[in-house]
Amino acid sequence: MKHIIAVLLENEPGALSRVVGLFSARGYNIESLTVAPTEDPSLSRMTIQTAGSEDVIEQITKHLNRLIEVVKVVDLTEGAYTERELMMVKVRAVGKEREEMKRMADIFRGRIIDVTDKSYTIELTGDQAKNDAFLHAVERGAIMETVRTGASGIGRGERVLRV
Amino acid sequence: MEISKAEISSAAAASAASTPSSPQPDSASIELMGSEVLMKALQAEGVEFVWGYPGGAVLYIYDALYKQDAIQHVLVRHEQAAVHAADGYARATGNVGVALVTSGPGLTNAVTGIATAYMDSIPMVIVSGQVPTAAIGQDAFQECDTVGITRPIVKHNFLVKDPRDIAMTMKKAFHIARTGRPGPVVVDIPKDVSFRKTPYAGYPQTVEMRSYNPVKRGHGGQIRKALQLLLNAKRPYIYTGGGVLLGNASDELRTLVDLLGYPVTNTLMGLGAYPASDPKFLGMLGMHGTWEANNAMQHCDVLLAVGARFDDRVIGNVKHFAQNERKIIHIDIDPSSISKRVKVDVPIVGDVKDVLTELITMIKESSAQPDGGALKAWWDTIGEWRSRKSMAYSLGAGDVIKPQYVVETLWNMTKDADTYITSDVGQHQMWAAQYYRFDKPRRWINSGGLGTMGVGIPYAMGVKMAKPESEVFCITGEGSVQMCIQELSTCLQYDTPIKICALNNRYLGMVRQWQEIEYSSRYSHSYMDALPNFVKLAEAYGHVGLLIEHPRDVEPALREARRLKDRTVFMDFRTDPTENVFPMVQAGKGITEMLLGSEDL
Repeated sequence: MKHIIAVLLENEPGALSRVVGLFSARGYNIESLTVAPTEDPSLSRMTIQTAGSEDVIEQITKHLNRLIEVVKVVDLTEGAYTERELMMVKVRAVGKEREEMKRMADIFRGRIIDVTDKSYTIELTGDQAKNDAFLHAVERGAIMETVRTGASGIGRGERVLRV
Repeated sequence: MEISKAEISSAAAASAASTPSSPQPDSASIELMGSEVLMKALQAEGVEFVWGYPGGAVLYIYDALYKQDAIQHVLVRHEQAAVHAADGYARATGNVGVALVTSGPGLTNAVTGIATAYMDSIPMVIVSGQVPTAAIGQDAFQECDTVGITRPIVKHNFLVKDPRDIAMTMKKAFHIARTGRPGPVVVDIPKDVSFRKTPYAGYPQTVEMRSYNPVKRGHGGQIRKALQLLLNAKRPYIYTGGGVLLGNASDELRTLVDLLGYPVTNTLMGLGAYPASDPKFLGMLGMHGTWEANNAMQHCDVLLAVGARFDDRVIGNVKHFAQNERKIIHIDIDPSSISKRVKVDVPIVGDVKDVLTELITMIKESSAQPDGGALKAWWDTIGEWRSRKSMAYSLGAGDVIKPQYVVETLWNMTKDADTYITSDVGQHQMWAAQYYRFDKPRRWINSGGLGTMGVGIPYAMGVKMAKPESEVFCITGEGSVQMCIQELSTCLQYDTPIKICALNNRYLGMVRQWQEIEYSSRYSHSYMDALPNFVKLAEAYGHVGLLIEHPRDVEPALREARRLKDRTVFMDFRTDPTENVFPMVQAGKGITEMLLGSEDL
């Protein structure tokens, strides 16, 4: 089952590689990982999307907690949460395709952020399923390039992750 | 170690530029070189010994060592041995062991030692030199990514980029190494950081890390639940590991077992946590454990696991282990060790000593008593298992030395003395664990987790330096001993008289045993030809060598070795090359699917 794990850790060189090393050394899977400093520049926040049985997820959170630089770990999927991913897609847009692509971007609430006479670059945010749906909806041959950030997650309501 | 002229001249220029400092008391105004701050840190942490090897990147640190008397540096012959010796010292004393190595090859040589300590949760601080900060990442001479290389085998590691950070980093390193689940911490110090001057306002008294707060006290409610389970048990069993020793909780374990009257076992790492000569002790369990210890593990209804982690060498095939349902209580300081391999019913995360103390208090206050009738029946069953005498071995025709006999003889001769036994890894290690009856904690020093050949002599060195009044025996094999045999030289230089008992069967015995049992006796490369004459080799290093070829000479040789109190003695026991370690659980089998002797093959 899919899990989204949020980690607060000291914003120190090497901290990211410790987390990644932990996953590779113990044979856990990372589907996506996003990381950036928080409002407190001494802290980074990481969102790790992974999949595994309950036992595996329990071990992952325990091992993350063992890392000296890790301050807090929360499995967001244990409660209500929101996730977003930024995706940018460069698509071919020539002739009547241009109108079609514009319409498609509108339907998915995407924005065209770069234009040439042969292409559009469309920015989309949403959960990964929505971004996947866009890629399926667009004719495969029209997609020139795709880049995705992976999920960032945050708890719903009053639920916060902070020191 | 090469030192370029440019380096020397730049150092001299920098030295001339800074004001010469005369000895001053600690105050906010003084300036020290990074290496001098490092010495202050080691002294403040109460470090007695540093095992190490100099090289270009650590020369300022060696210079600072030269100018002080509080810490003794021990020059080993290989960095691997420096780390093992510091590790042996830590295992015997409970203090943090310290090793010092240079950058690049110095550090890579130390890696095996660091991994060994990591696997057995030994508190250590390893200081490594690094190329100057400006050269980091340039593929400089003797450069390697120390933090990267050691990351998976340390509890934590640091690269110190500014001399101002040395004091606090060392404080953190020692704090991390010795608290929570202990482990090795590497502090990598670039050459310029050890040289540059920094204001020094004294060694920090306290350390606070928002991201590191190891638990100490176990959850009271969970301990109460555990008590209930324990008192209602019909077939209780107490399974204890190295965590009891690391947590200095042997006395508490003894009190608990006395109060309850339950059977108890130790893992290989836990030997000595409970006195082996006590009738409630069922012997070691696991791959080469006793029939009764393994059967009790399989058939108990309530298992109290204390500072042990259900390693595959202990419970064998997990599926087989899970066939018999039993309630499991697991006390461990590391939450990630709980429910890692087997499902646990009552997890208690906390310091073993604290949790056991609380459990004992609750038992004393409780009106409930263990079920005497059920317990008697359980002990009767255990008695039947015991009657199979799974540790019995044959002396044969009495014309060839049985390895078990050597260990047993050593035990009989030294049981009243305060003796430390180190071992290497292999058949001899198992015989030492099986036939030397450890009655006290921290007397059995061996590499359980990583299974590192070559640890025996360096361990013995580290222990002997820590405990100069005690006898230290290293039980080893002709294979293992050759992996760090150069340390015989260190033993001479530092007058460290250890007694080496090599059970020499001319084979990599454990490999040969597995090849015999699992590979149809295809002894692929397990026969060691062209062995050195160990007696002459010992003599070449300035020690005493003894060759023992007949059983009747075993006892006199050991007596002679003990008589030569101030000498290192290498005993080359020529043992039966066909002898195997029994009982044995084959890889992948359940813990009660045991081979009790060669007749079971």
